[in-house]
Amino acid sequence: MATKIFKHLQSSIVPLPIENIDTDQIIPARFLKATTRDGFGNNLFRDWRFDKEGNPKEDFVLNHPTYSGKILVAGKNFGCGSSREHAAWAIADYGFDVVVSSFFADIFKGNALNNGLLPIQVSDDFLKKLFDAVYADAHAQVEVDLDNQFIKIVNTGEQETFEINPYKKACLTNGYDDIDYILSNKQLVEEFEKR
Amino acid sequence: MGQTLFDKIWDAHVVSSKEGFPDILYIDTHFIHEVTSPQAFDGLRQRGLPVFRPKQTVATADHNVPTWDQHLPIKEELSRYQVDMLTKNCAEFGIELYGLGHQYQGIVHVIGPELGITRPGCTYVCGDSHTSTHGAFGAIAFGIGTSQVEQVMATQCLLQQRPKRMKIEVNGTLQKGVGAKDIILYIISKISAAGGTGYFVEYAGDTIRSLSMEGRMTICNMSIEMGARGGLIAPDETTIEYVKGRKFAPQGEEWDKAVAYWKTLYSDNDAQFDSELYFDAADIEPMITYGTNPGMGIGITQHVPETASFEAKEQGSYAKALNYMGLHEDQSLLGKPIDYVFIGSCTNSRIEDLRLVADFIKGKHKADNVTVWVVPGSKQVQQQAIAEGLDKVFEAAGFPLREPGCSACLGMNEDKIPAGKYCISTSNRNFEGRQGPDSRTFLASPLSAAAAAITGKVTDIREFLQEEELVG
Repeated sequence: MATKIFKHLQSSIVPLPIENIDTDQIIPARFLKATTRDGFGNNLFRDWRFDKEGNPKEDFVLNHPTYSGKILVAGKNFGCGSSREHAAWAIADYGFDVVVSSFFADIFKGNALNNGLLPIQVSDDFLKKLFDAVYADAHAQVEVDLDNQFIKIVNTGEQETFEINPYKKACLTNGYDDIDYILSNKQLVEEFEKR
Repeated sequence: MGQTLFDKIWDAHVVSSKEGFPDILYIDTHFIHEVTSPQAFDGLRQRGLPVFRPKQTVATADHNVPTWDQHLPIKEELSRYQVDMLTKNCAEFGIELYGLGHQYQGIVHVIGPELGITRPGCTYVCGDSHTSTHGAFGAIAFGIGTSQVEQVMATQCLLQQRPKRMKIEVNGTLQKGVGAKDIILYIISKISAAGGTGYFVEYAGDTIRSLSMEGRMTICNMSIEMGARGGLIAPDETTIEYVKGRKFAPQGEEWDKAVAYWKTLYSDNDAQFDSELYFDAADIEPMITYGTNPGMGIGITQHVPETASFEAKEQGSYAKALNYMGLHEDQSLLGKPIDYVFIGSCTNSRIEDLRLVADFIKGKHKADNVTVWVVPGSKQVQQQAIAEGLDKVFEAAGFPLREPGCSACLGMNEDKIPAGKYCISTSNRNFEGRQGPDSRTFLASPLSAAAAAITGKVTDIREFLQEEELVG
């Protein structure tokens, strides 16, 4: 089954400069009861985004009319905690294609890559430049080039390369899928079982 | 050069290793539950694939289940639907289910070990981050996302990059009243909630060796809370004794063969780790968290850190956490009144935890201001507690023994801590809203939780123990 294809993007960014954002914040446990992958975007950052009556909290960035875009930029250790893939589904379903942080939790990073959501790990220094850029100009454009593995602040030209596993890069740019890959090696699996 | 324990097990499970690709790793047992499996089963249906090795897949219902009246239909509609879906999916794909009402039902990380499914030298995965628990047996066990659940269902394998290896050694004698939970909260407080990211941790040292299997499970359970992919402890006589005779443990000749293999499972003396950390058991106090991630913990007599002790870029997140918890810098938590006590979760809901608590509260009663929930980790733990008369001790102290499930660890069932209330919890996460929207969680050991239930406030268990020694 093909995953979403990702190659290149230019967009404004949404800043969320909080550290250790855990997947319970991205999608609280009480919204994990669905049995399909759809619709999680409605509850993305539910308790930061809405008050108890369900009204949008004005001070939360997703409710801020100034900021928009397909790139979420967050503080270090993003996606820690629960393994729930629903967190990656919620971010992608809301409309983000890229998440940038100076550090990602392992399981979240894997979940994101398996859902066509590109996690880009940048240096602390470059993360600060991204926040500075968006606070100087809410519409500051950022370019992400997966082929050449760089992220660039368009108007200043500042850029940084990022790492990605070559196999995972091929999956994202071609829409491959891990299951197809392992099934193409099914004979090796069966031989292993006989050992 | 020698090999680490982790590498010995990993190498024995690599189906294929190819330059530029992650390894194809064979999974011995796949645990599933109702929350992270439905979309994976759907994926299989869409691909027209069966579950590749249904007999190596074990299912239970735990996250959504009520902890009262489990014999009745689940009241909450979505919870009921999700549990029903699991039942239907398991029937369709030929997977054994320890569902509600089954004698083996319980939290997935409690039933694996107690049934003898969890063994040294094997690989385990589950769509749940606390799968790291099973590493206590000297196994490679880690949490995965739903796409990977589908992958393991379809192939019994997982594409994985080999993580880096870290050794954490703890040596020395623990103070009285300090246990496994305090050790792991202490380590996480020292290295932070991200300190283990990218690593698989091996816990070693004589303090770790001296722990029971249940204590070791508590340690490995919380490896994920320092960001580690998993944690493991080399098997020894304690491990072998624990597994022996359990329902699905190998028997006869198979047992002897297994034990002979398990005895080869240790890190060689000259094995290289990518990182090594050393801690002294004597430095560890009973621990408590004050913030909104498990790394924000202190010894119970210490004060909440001052904002200035953090780097400038971290101060905003720190202020947010203290504000959420209703605490301020340099505050002592001792004497802070609490509203709820939760003894349960895959960290601390095993029979030993319940025995420890029952032993301490015998002849005492909970404070009026506190509601106490004791939730056993499995049906078998519940029955054992009843057989030993622990339920009577709990009842008399105002700690009713409930029925098994994940319960107020994450409040997917009805067991939620109300907004603004303080809960001292033996679970593993103090994230914002984890135990219910706007709830406030202090993580601590079962003994510290029990002491708080008795006094109605955050209490240093060591004071109690000293008093009891003087009287006794």
